[in-house]
Amino acid sequence: MTAVRCIDLCKTYRQGEEDIKALDHVSIEIAQGGFVCLSAPSGGGKTTLLNAIGGLDKPDSGEVYVAGRRIDNLSKGELAELRLRQIGFVFQAFNLIPVLTARENVEFVMQVQGVPSGERQMKAVEILEEVGLAGLGDRRPADMSGGQQQRVAVARAIVSRPALVLADEPTANLDSKTSDGLMELFRELNDHHNTTFVIATHDKRVMSYAKRLVRMLDGRIVEDVKQDAA
Amino acid sequence: MIFMTALMRGMVSQMISDGISALPGHVQAHHPDYRDDPSIVNLIPASDAELTERFSAADVAAWSTRVRVPAVITSEYDSRGVTLLGVDPLRERGLTFVDYDDVEGRFLESSDDTGVVIGKKLATTLNTEVGKRIVLMSQDPSNEIADRGFRVVGLFHANVKSFEEAYVFAGKTTTQKMLRIGDHVSELVVLGDDYRNVDAAYNKTVELVDGAADVQRWFELDPYLGSMLNVMDGFVFVWIVVIFLALSFGLVNTLVMAVFERVREIGLMLALGMRPIHILGQIIIESLLLLAIGLVLGSALAWAAVQPIKDGIDVSIVGEGMDMWGMSSVLYPELLLSDVILANVVVLVLGFLASLSPAWRASQYEPIEAITKV
Repeated sequence: MTAVRCIDLCKTYRQGEEDIKALDHVSIEIAQGGFVCLSAPSGGGKTTLLNAIGGLDKPDSGEVYVAGRRIDNLSKGELAELRLRQIGFVFQAFNLIPVLTARENVEFVMQVQGVPSGERQMKAVEILEEVGLAGLGDRRPADMSGGQQQRVAVARAIVSRPALVLADEPTANLDSKTSDGLMELFRELNDHHNTTFVIATHDKRVMSYAKRLVRMLDGRIVEDVKQDAA
Repeated sequence: MIFMTALMRGMVSQMISDGISALPGHVQAHHPDYRDDPSIVNLIPASDAELTERFSAADVAAWSTRVRVPAVITSEYDSRGVTLLGVDPLRERGLTFVDYDDVEGRFLESSDDTGVVIGKKLATTLNTEVGKRIVLMSQDPSNEIADRGFRVVGLFHANVKSFEEAYVFAGKTTTQKMLRIGDHVSELVVLGDDYRNVDAAYNKTVELVDGAADVQRWFELDPYLGSMLNVMDGFVFVWIVVIFLALSFGLVNTLVMAVFERVREIGLMLALGMRPIHILGQIIIESLLLLAIGLVLGSALAWAAVQPIKDGIDVSIVGEGMDMWGMSSVLYPELLLSDVILANVVVLVLGFLASLSPAWRASQYEPIEAITKV
């Protein structure tokens, strides 16, 4: 089954007087349960492709399908619903809500989903344990290290067991040990829950965990290879 | 805003109360021609005894009958035109602006009392005092001069100083004898429970008078006072709206800044799957909560601000000017629940409208742009 399918995506940004092609006729198909790394130098188009797949950005042309449903023509509300139910995001800058505790940050998505209070508290505690943050649920982001914050962000992304997790440079602010721990967690979720991961990175250590490596350059896919994961 | 409204409301309310206590009561009955020609010939056709019999048996809060005619008062030094009121002092208590306990000398003791009570200011003008004699002169129904000498038994004080010069009180029976009008009176005065709602008193009076006289409400007797009440009600609303519109610039600015400072957070919520309509609702609810907290604190502060001055503010330093407008020299703030509710509702409604724009803007953010905003 196909988790993600992009057909001939184009996206151009205007920077001053210059037009920059972030996506240049990109087509890609990712199967359910895939573990894909998008690798590119800065400005190569990996984040733009990730945002297009997640419905955070609209391509100028082309079609995007998630779980068989075309999403590039959906309204803002429909896209929000899609992200809420089917996609988990892990951002490079963690993007936690600073006034909420770790547990409350994890609960947020479930709260929007309408999960009852008791159930979401229980799930949040469980998932925090799963990502190695047992006992830290009452801390606010400012009282946590970068690695801990990123784990909270991961917990938030996976707590409602989305079919697809999109991660943009998830290890950019982490040390190598923490990075390894995070990637192992991703692989475990991929192996045990058949969650599809699409990770934008230019960290070779991260790439080594991928089952499939897609290299991009100047908005185009220049290499798409399967590999034995670490 | 609520505090200022209480002051204005108190000022107008005091003006109306003073005006009403300046003799109209809440409802009055007269001869049909009395209002055009308030002379001695236009007396109520029914006798005072008949009126007394009907009203004594009825459930009326307070009522009285009066002889009320223009007259001239003369002391050995000066003369003045006044309104002579022949009253039953027992029934008049509570209907008049005169505080019986605040009279130099004494107030009248009965309808047969042969003394006269004049205002402190008039006494000064006439250069007279308690114990001295004055002469009151008017006309009888035959257009003959009707006069009589009275001994001044008391000097009254009034909040509105002009009342002290305008009115002279004498016993009703004594006045009737002087004017040779038998057992007739000029006016019947009835006081209801609330000057804002006099329909019950009016209907009862119409029923009891039974066509023997014209019955009118206080705002018909004194259209200026009536229009003041209407103007005040309208003014309070306009005042609250105008003040709020001025404040709303600050409110909108605060809300816009509150949203602007949370662009990343709002973008994140959108990115995580919160619908734009929920963002809109959240910002509006937050704005309303802020407003509600402000309203509770503001209303409490307004109440607290009124408490120290609820016994009145002495504005006698500008008493002459106040007097010209029929206002007393003591201003009593009046904090009405209806005004507090009106102010709160106006602020909530307009605050809701003011919050729509920033809330709408927030809901329309592109999540990816908002997240990356520094």
